[in-house]
Amino acid sequence: MPTVDLAKSSLRELNHALHQIKAGSNETAWEVINPKGSHAVAAGVDQPVQVDVRGSVGYYCGGMNDGGAITVHGSAGPGVGENMMSGTIVVKGDASQYAGATGRGGLLVIEGNASSRCGISMKGIDIVVHGNIGHMSAFMAQSGNLVVLGDAGDALGDSIYEAKLFVRGKVNSLGADCVKKKMHPKHLERLRKLLDAAGVTGVKPEEFTRYGSARTLYNFNIDNADAY
Amino acid sequence: MCGIVGLFLKDKSLEPRLGELLSEMLVSLSDRGPDSAGIAIYSAGDKKKSKITIQSADPDTDFAGLGNELEKVLGGKVGLIVKSTHAVIEVPTEKLEAARGAILEARPSVRIMGAGEVIEIFKEVGLPADVVKRFNLTKMSGTHGIGHTRMATESAVTTMGAHPFSTGPDQCLVHNGSLSNHNNVRRELKHDGMTFETENDTEVAAAFISNKMAHGDNLGQALEKTLTDLDGFFTFVVGTKNGFGVVRDPIACKPAVMAETDQYVAFGSEYRALANLPGIDGARVWEPEPAKVYFWEH
Repeated sequence: MPTVDLAKSSLRELNHALHQIKAGSNETAWEVINPKGSHAVAAGVDQPVQVDVRGSVGYYCGGMNDGGAITVHGSAGPGVGENMMSGTIVVKGDASQYAGATGRGGLLVIEGNASSRCGISMKGIDIVVHGNIGHMSAFMAQSGNLVVLGDAGDALGDSIYEAKLFVRGKVNSLGADCVKKKMHPKHLERLRKLLDAAGVTGVKPEEFTRYGSARTLYNFNIDNADAY
Repeated sequence: MCGIVGLFLKDKSLEPRLGELLSEMLVSLSDRGPDSAGIAIYSAGDKKKSKITIQSADPDTDFAGLGNELEKVLGGKVGLIVKSTHAVIEVPTEKLEAARGAILEARPSVRIMGAGEVIEIFKEVGLPADVVKRFNLTKMSGTHGIGHTRMATESAVTTMGAHPFSTGPDQCLVHNGSLSNHNNVRRELKHDGMTFETENDTEVAAAFISNKMAHGDNLGQALEKTLTDLDGFFTFVVGTKNGFGVVRDPIACKPAVMAETDQYVAFGSEYRALANLPGIDGARVWEPEPAKVYFWEH
């Protein structure tokens, strides 16, 4: 198993080595030590390899991940998993602002709390947060699922499109055009699968409330014609 | 962008290392702002003596003989330690205001960076590592300190535009962000007798807090008022004689992370700044909440 020590190797050496991995390679388990808040650790991974990062990372860890399984054994700075395409990122600690921003696929699991703007403009990613999320989360979220076992901050789902939000705790306030919605059996099933995938045990899908778009903001409304 | 750091020691045994720890924190954030850098250090003080940190573009000329001249004018012992473009002048506390006037009288071209019983401020244009070296900051001891590395947005890259800004006795502030109503607030503060050295937005925030504290607020109350009266983006870290405070605007897009152990409370724009602090692996590390005031006092 290759181990990259960021106290000795540069970040560019690490990411270059990860980008050189060819399909079918046997080097499928990587370890990164001494990240000490480095930016863009394991950004741009595009093969199904496991990367274990031992410590806390800075901005944009696992950005654009396409198929990798990245675990941060610590906390993550702003933009973890930004624009992820597929694969899995697990953060054992907390995540800073805009975790999973613009993500198009894959699963991002934050075992601690996430900060503000979690899942902003998400476009298909699934995000499961074991703790709480901050204000303006899922702003303009287009598709995908955001699951929060704890509480949500102010203005959840402001200007949301078709992403689905499931919150188990309280929501400080909902943003424009975001409303509470009924949980149908298909949603409970979807939630059960997400909780399983995220390794959550002892929590029932029925404990969550679903939120989503009232669809009054992004659909053309003839009554607003004068405004154009 | 800008990078800010702060370190408030609870454990006296770390005091000899304050300059070294704070310098390393600041240097780790160099790529958040390469324009200029500065540090304010609070050292254990003696109430009878106060310090004035001055800066000169021509230190060889300005600082030569200044100590003796001040002794003659003030009629008491005056200490003067030159550090590169800065000098720290030590005077009896009761002569602090007289000394301030006497310095500007004797050397009209020097700028006063800060004054008080315990504060010393060093700031210059250049990379943090160069500024740290120039002022030998790693050798400084103290109880708490704050630092800043600047990427200028609102005003020119000059020594006086660098942070920290000090606008009251033993008070200083560093800022990541930009304020949009600083001209109005400056005008109001001028009406109340505050004076300004620059057109910089951060100086207004510093003066705002100093002004509130001069009217009787404690640090926490003054910081609360920044949330209602200052418009714009900010994460502020503030130092006072015995305290250290942090506040972020409600949008909180400027990054911040804090760590606390039995030995210290530390602030960094990023975790990188905290990663090498002693005992960080066992520290409580958290992101300060938006629009919430945090402060610690000795």
